[in-house]
Amino acid sequence: MLVFTIRRLMQSVIVLFVMSLIVFIGIYAVGNPVDILINPEADIAEQEATIRRLGLDRPLWSQYFSFLNSALYGDLGTSFVHNEPALELIFERLPATLEIAVGAVGLAIVIGIPAGMVAGLRPDSLIGKTIMSGSILGFSLPTFWVGLMLIMLFAVMLGWLPASGRGDTVDLFGVPVSFLTWDGLTHILLPAFNLALFKMSLVIRLSRAGTREVMLQDYVKFSRAKGLSESRVILVHVLKNILIPVVTVLGLELGNVIAFAVVTETVFAWPGIGKLLIDSIGLLDRPVVVAYLLLTVTMFILINFVVDVLYSVLDPRVRLGDMKS
Amino acid sequence: MNGPAPTLQVEGLRTHFFTKVGVVKAVDDVSFSVDRGEVLGLVGESGSGKSVTGFSILGLVDPPGRITDGRILFKGEDLVGRSESQWRTLRGARIAMIFQDPMMTLNPVLRIDTQMIEAIRAHEKVSDATARQRARDALGQVGIPSPDERLKAYPHQFSGGMRQRVAIAIALINKPDLIIADEPTTALDVTIQAQILFEAQKLCRETGTALIWITHDLTVVAGLADRICVMYAGKIVEQGRIDDVLDRPLHPYTHGLIGSVPSRNKRGQPLEQIPGMTPSLMNPPPGCGFRARCARAAAECVRDPDITSPVDGRQIRCFHPHLEDA
Ligand SMILES: Nc1ncnc2c1ncn2[C@@H]1O[C@H](COP(=O)(O)OP(=O)(O)O)[C@@H](O)[C@H]1O
Ligand code: SF4
Ligand SMILES: [Mg+2]
Repeated sequence: MLVFTIRRLMQSVIVLFVMSLIVFIGIYAVGNPVDILINPEADIAEQEATIRRLGLDRPLWSQYFSFLNSALYGDLGTSFVHNEPALELIFERLPATLEIAVGAVGLAIVIGIPAGMVAGLRPDSLIGKTIMSGSILGFSLPTFWVGLMLIMLFAVMLGWLPASGRGDTVDLFGVPVSFLTWDGLTHILLPAFNLALFKMSLVIRLSRAGTREVMLQDYVKFSRAKGLSESRVILVHVLKNILIPVVTVLGLELGNVIAFAVVTETVFAWPGIGKLLIDSIGLLDRPVVVAYLLLTVTMFILINFVVDVLYSVLDPRVRLGDMKS
Repeated sequence: MNGPAPTLQVEGLRTHFFTKVGVVKAVDDVSFSVDRGEVLGLVGESGSGKSVTGFSILGLVDPPGRITDGRILFKGEDLVGRSESQWRTLRGARIAMIFQDPMMTLNPVLRIDTQMIEAIRAHEKVSDATARQRARDALGQVGIPSPDERLKAYPHQFSGGMRQRVAIAIALINKPDLIIADEPTTALDVTIQAQILFEAQKLCRETGTALIWITHDLTVVAGLADRICVMYAGKIVEQGRIDDVLDRPLHPYTHGLIGSVPSRNKRGQPLEQIPGMTPSLMNPPPGCGFRARCARAAAECVRDPDITSPVDGRQIRCFHPHLEDA
């Protein structure tokens, strides 16, 4: 376990380093923030002062090294646009994104696993086929289009749910959350569902395939031969076995959900980090983009780690020490 | 018949699989019985319908299969046509089964104690402590050292032989009247096979449990069973006391089987082999299923031979049994 953790940690540092380098060079290649940031009517002296203040007059490698230097002390730079530390900007908006991401994964599990199991137990029934057709749609329809359709149906035509924003929030441990107020809950439902759709389809497929495979195993027949009720056979013996791949994949996908939130947040005007990223890219606000990506990568690394640990808890055959990381 | 009914009496059982490409007559008119404390060997080559016979007795035939005919009398009461919940009260409680592959019969993600305790609690309302105590005793009974510790282990922490002992312990845990052991030692190595065989037999004799021991290997049941049923292509072709059958096989198939066991051959002589292959059970033609491989086959063998009893205590399905070499 210790060896496993240390090895993981070292790999992570290298990934972060390479990542920051790529983003730095990438943004540099896209365009010069000076063109966007500086008021063309300001006089030359003023323009040069701003450029110097942002450090944009120095060569790229020198900018990168001062970035690395402050990054070591936890400072990822200050937004060119907002004049606020990039990390602070992100952390302000992170709870909103986490909230719909967790909501989406929750929906994917709560709807996806039972639906997938039903489809696996009754593959030839009408309900089984309907579930599978639904999952194909969930896979193939583009997120932004489904988002727009959801808004049109539930917000515009039926008027049941609001179309954008977070609604009322309350503070939970000092962090504003929507899901604890009724108004917030109505606001979160559509974007969370929109974000969940793809994962839900994935969970349905995994659960269905898992169920079909596990049902054929001797241990299922043996558990019936012990006289267990069908509900115990399915809810304990089958479910526990299919949870392993589902949890692994979903856990790994949690990072993806946060990355995908960019689209959903834009469609539903959800004030999370996805929307911040899109806005910052538009303004070539390099510190924010770099900070966002570094943070996302860190999150991916953390998630992978947690999933591996969780996996070993669910599947007693897995020992972390033996795992190729 | 007088006296109490035998533990299990199967009469004219037919279990067929209705697949898209045809009907598989896996079990086709099978009759036998086992009584308290008796060990019945059910022998036949792979695919002859032994496992399906076992699953039929538990009401666990997988679709598209179903019991199409016959009676399964358990202590005199017919089980065929009972509801699923009625079967369930018998399974694991009165009739238990041990499967062939010990690596596959225990659920890999559940601890041994969970899998044992649920088997008790499916049939009896007992406290967790009582159930755990019984699980512990059952493990001890089948010779698993330090059962307290082993209860908390997962299946992958056991060897194949130990897993099969756990499966046997689970089968014994509710003190059933009948145990169906479906080739439980085939996947194990020879010394462990012998041990498990001996112990299972001893446990059954002590408790009066009837035991059906399914195997494709005649030598396995030779020293173990009281009686033997030889199965071929979904039918029982020969039945009798084990010593009688081994000493004087009447059916040409049994005759061939015994001829192919090395120890019974004269030294230096080549092993006798049964020529040909097991026939497909899919849409079988009428007549004796063995006739394509039988040296004694004659014109009438295109009809189904009935069960006859040419010698006392023996039953065979053959027009031309080996009666002359007595
Ligand atoms: N689920 C099933 N569907 C179709 N045929 C089956 C099924 N299960 C068993 N059979 C057929 O029944 C026959 C007997 O099988 P089985 O009882 O497992 O043989 P044995 O245990 O003697 O090796 C085989 O021909 C097999 O193909
Ligand atoms: S009935 Fe005929 S074919 Fe079948 S075993 Fe007897 S002799 Fe051979
Ligand atoms: Mg078998």
